[in-house]
Amino acid sequence: MTVDLRPLAPEVVVAAAALLALLADVFTRTSRARAVWWLVALVALGWAAGAVWTAGEGAFGVLYARDGLANALQLVGLAVAAGGMLLARDYLARVGLDRGEYYALVLLSTVGAMLMVASQDLLFLFVALETLSVPLYVLAGFARDSHRSQEASLKYFLLGSFASALLLYGVALVYGATGSTGLARLAGAEGSFPLLVGLGLVVVGLGFKAAVVPFHAWAPDVYEGAPVPAVAFMSVLAKVGAVGALVRLLPLTLPHLLPAWQPLLAALSAATMVVGNLAALRQTNLKRMLAYSSVSHAGYLLVGVAAGNGTGVWSAVYYLAAYAAMNLGAFGVLTFLERAGVEADEVEDLRGLADRSPALAAAFAVFMASLTGLPPTAGFVGKFYLFMAALQGGLLWLAVVGVITSVVSVAYYLRAAYAAYLGPGRAGVRLHPGPWAGVGLGVSAAATLLFGVLPGPLTTWAQRVAALLR
Amino acid sequence: MIGLSHYLVLSSLLFGLGLYGVLTRRNAVAILMGIELMLNAANVNFVAFTRFVDPTFVRGHVAALIVITLAACEAVVGLALVINAYRHLETVNVDQVDLMKG
Amino acid sequence: MDARAVPWIVALPLAGAVANGLWGGRLGRRGVSLVACLAVLAAFLVSAGAARDLAAAGPSPQVVRLFDWVAVGEFRASAALQWDPLSALLALVVTGVGFLIHVYSVGYMADDPDYSRYFTYLNLFVASMLVLVLGANLLVLFVGWELVGLCSYLLIGFWFERPAAAAAGRKAFVVNRLGDAAFVLGILSVWALLGTLEFREIWRLLGDGGGALRGHPGLVAASLLLFAGATGKSAQLPLYVWLPDAMEGPTPVSALIHAATMVTAGVFLVGRLWPLFEAAGPVLGAVVAPVGAATALFAATVAVTQYDLKRVLAYSTISQLGYMFLALGVGGGGAAFFHLTTHAFFKALLFLAAGSVMHALHGQIDLRHLGGLRRYMPLTFLGFVVGALSLAGIPPLSGFWSKEEILHAARAHAVGVWAVALVTSFVTAYYATRAAVLAFFGEAHQPAHAHDPPPAMAWPMAGLVVLSAVGGFVGAGWAAAPLHALLQPVFGEHGKAAAGSGEVVLAVSVAVAGVLAGWWAHRGRREPDLGPVGRVLAAGWGVEALYDRALVRPAKAFSRLLAERVDAGGIDRTASALAEAVVRAASAVRTWQTGNVRQYAAGVLAGAVVLFAYWVLR
Repeated sequence: MTVDLRPLAPEVVVAAAALLALLADVFTRTSRARAVWWLVALVALGWAAGAVWTAGEGAFGVLYARDGLANALQLVGLAVAAGGMLLARDYLARVGLDRGEYYALVLLSTVGAMLMVASQDLLFLFVALETLSVPLYVLAGFARDSHRSQEASLKYFLLGSFASALLLYGVALVYGATGSTGLARLAGAEGSFPLLVGLGLVVVGLGFKAAVVPFHAWAPDVYEGAPVPAVAFMSVLAKVGAVGALVRLLPLTLPHLLPAWQPLLAALSAATMVVGNLAALRQTNLKRMLAYSSVSHAGYLLVGVAAGNGTGVWSAVYYLAAYAAMNLGAFGVLTFLERAGVEADEVEDLRGLADRSPALAAAFAVFMASLTGLPPTAGFVGKFYLFMAALQGGLLWLAVVGVITSVVSVAYYLRAAYAAYLGPGRAGVRLHPGPWAGVGLGVSAAATLLFGVLPGPLTTWAQRVAALLR
Repeated sequence: MIGLSHYLVLSSLLFGLGLYGVLTRRNAVAILMGIELMLNAANVNFVAFTRFVDPTFVRGHVAALIVITLAACEAVVGLALVINAYRHLETVNVDQVDLMKG
Repeated sequence: MDARAVPWIVALPLAGAVANGLWGGRLGRRGVSLVACLAVLAAFLVSAGAARDLAAAGPSPQVVRLFDWVAVGEFRASAALQWDPLSALLALVVTGVGFLIHVYSVGYMADDPDYSRYFTYLNLFVASMLVLVLGANLLVLFVGWELVGLCSYLLIGFWFERPAAAAAGRKAFVVNRLGDAAFVLGILSVWALLGTLEFREIWRLLGDGGGALRGHPGLVAASLLLFAGATGKSAQLPLYVWLPDAMEGPTPVSALIHAATMVTAGVFLVGRLWPLFEAAGPVLGAVVAPVGAATALFAATVAVTQYDLKRVLAYSTISQLGYMFLALGVGGGGAAFFHLTTHAFFKALLFLAAGSVMHALHGQIDLRHLGGLRRYMPLTFLGFVVGALSLAGIPPLSGFWSKEEILHAARAHAVGVWAVALVTSFVTAYYATRAAVLAFFGEAHQPAHAHDPPPAMAWPMAGLVVLSAVGGFVGAGWAAAPLHALLQPVFGEHGKAAAGSGEVVLAVSVAVAGVLAGWWAHRGRREPDLGPVGRVLAAGWGVEALYDRALVRPAKAFSRLLAERVDAGGIDRTASALAEAVVRAASAVRTWQTGNVRQYAAGVLAGAVVLFAYWVLR
């Protein structure tokens, strides 16, 4: 039996780059030499993106399908990885954490996310999930001298493995119910009780990765403690993987069980939007606020999954792309700031940013507006699509919850944006310009605005995914 | 005659023990052990289901092998993280690790 | 110039904002003022040209599609602008009055260190307002709606180093977002019901009274939600609370945004969706008219007792907006938009006059400390008196014509509403006279160096004096009335009282009586003691206190119960009551986050258990 490895080419390229970066780091002493490997890793990401772009459809046995959804979300994942690398470079060099492992870990977990959104088998999904998660545990603890970073890493690891174990048990139950772990068999399965319990556990595991309430409690603590560029990267990538897998599992594979899972997903989505936004209101720590914001966005993404229709599926893809741009940017702004030798992560630390760097403050305002969902930004268009999908799916109440929670969220996003325009700057807060991070931020801001003003091309691109719906 | 249900009961017991360990142990290493129990409970399920539902393809056996490998990887990374955390926080008692909350 | 020129109306002020925002520092003050003023003037000229063409081309709306914006399945919304009588009228008002106020600002803000930032915001506001009035579908309108809110917020809080200004800005934004939530839901329900958001399509579908959909509960719900959005933006009961506080912004901003243009967006919205409201059955008569009438009377009585001149004008604006909604509610759409136009003239004039007083007296605006200004500031005096008499509805000033038309429409359709409107007319004349007397007559209370403002401020005032005096003739009953020719195809024909009929005599008598009463009660700058009634009025009928008692305090008590340990300090007490309740709930949510790993794991497990419980019990 021959197996065609070509559909896997993008993943192989990224994984090879990761191993190369890991190996090269052993023999690299100077920062300049490291920069070369960093560039090599970026080139590999670009190459992989090119390969995905031209890949078309394909499959690797029964485990892996390269289809519209996989291609779309893999491109988003690769873009997130590239953004994460751009944002990390200047920051890591500044704080003395410039080690090749960082880039290797970023690339490895990207491979995990890429496999996750393409996996056609639950066991394969589990392996991909671990490939995504384990590097993230390490990334969270990458600032080895920071107590908070260590605590973040420990918490993330313990809770993450716990959630993975639940997911695996769910996979075992599904296997028992259908005699296979493949999605192909699942697609025709009847909704027996063991199957539903197994599916429920899989949803719990994926919901954990996406930070869905009530499986979200790790997110604020981990995001607060982990180094900023790592948070920027992981907060988006984990959502790409988890929401991608949820989309593939529920609306694409199990549309016939819609009555069983739709109310649950809708309830999870509503709870996530409400709790995430409420908890963010009182935060004074910007990283923590953005962490809760990231929780609430898991809720908005689930609106698309819960809607269960074609619009919901491609809206979720669209919103993931928009979210990648705006969230990378929002955290990215923080990589520029430093207070007394540590990360400046309080909302107050933003004060006077507009005087020191008008461009940075303007970009931050754009990201905040987009996360709120104000027009004309990507966040507005994305939320509009998602709520439309909910209406089409007969979930009027969910759309109402979404609109109302978005209104509440104005309060805290705006407070942060406002702080950037209030002078004078807080004593001890310093601004470190970084050329590469600047490029990353510029691209994110441009994308956030572009997807908002001219959403047409991205929409058409995302809509191709809906063709997968049976 | 030992049937499928016996295996399932065993696996459920294992899973419950693991859960209990995760929720009650304060030592991070003990929690990790609880998680390993949960993974092995899933393995028991896989193997038992192979025997009773999917005897031709033995996919469950393969799954169990994969899971054992992954569990080992996870344990390696996890122990490294715990040791590193112990060096800085000077404790592996997770109840004392709550610098960040709210 | 035809409708293809319409995108320029938006693009020009936007370009001005971009230029001043990016290169404001290098342009210098003269450069900034030139760019800002010329951008708006050019937009006005383009609008005027296109409006003339409109008269020739007929009233059917012309849509300029820019590009496809949002597409969901069969639903498409393009970024498109619509040129029709309503948008033309509003574009002319926004750019015309906007231009005068830009010029005035050149003088008023001359010494402000943030000169270019001010004009950037102001240009951005004009561009956003034009997006709002020119949008061809509800989504584009909503973009403008949000952007004007944002600009308003930025400009109210322009002097953010003053805590009151920053707090007022936030209050405005938060209260407005309450209305906006309803608005968004309204948009979604319109789409769910009609499958389109294009105004042209909505008019076509619901054109003749709604057809099969007439009185459909979905239509009623949609129109109620949209009207709730309108009450937020247009400061109607019960969401009016932000507007008096918004006076913390620079005075030209109050004139432009919080009197002439943005606050009329709610009126515009109802006019824009006129067939929808007509088809929704009883909504216009049973909700819009009573809310408008109640707001008109309520705000007018509060204005009687205010001492801050700008707050008098703010309550007056709320009251006059109530008049416009009242007119819409009784079916007088044409009258409402006529009043919107004249109100933009005379209220902007009143604000600019108040601004001149502040400019001359270093920010002094308390009526108790003003007086005798007519000797020192003749032009300002003239401006204020013309504005006040126009507001009072004294013929032949502009306010008379439009107010008379509203009264006529009300009398024909709802006598109760008409009676309230008449009483309001009396109170309006009373407080307008009171403000004029207290500020400009009697003994002088301030140093003699008070003087009329520099030319940059004087000329726009002079222009508005002329408009307030004769502007009513654009829609007056016996003139050729170009405004009516413009609006008649939109709202249909509606009657007018014959000049000299008993109705007109009654309306004028009431207004004159109000002026005389105000003059008599305050002659020699006395302040009659209104007793307990006065105290109730001065406290705004206790509405804010009621909010405090009914919403804020229970919310606080509730949250104390929930979150004993969370500190109560640091909460922005000026935020609206509802926002505060939300914030309290947020504190409660935060206490769940203990930082303990095992509790988090238990949370995950509990979630899973709930999931299974649902499947078992289903």
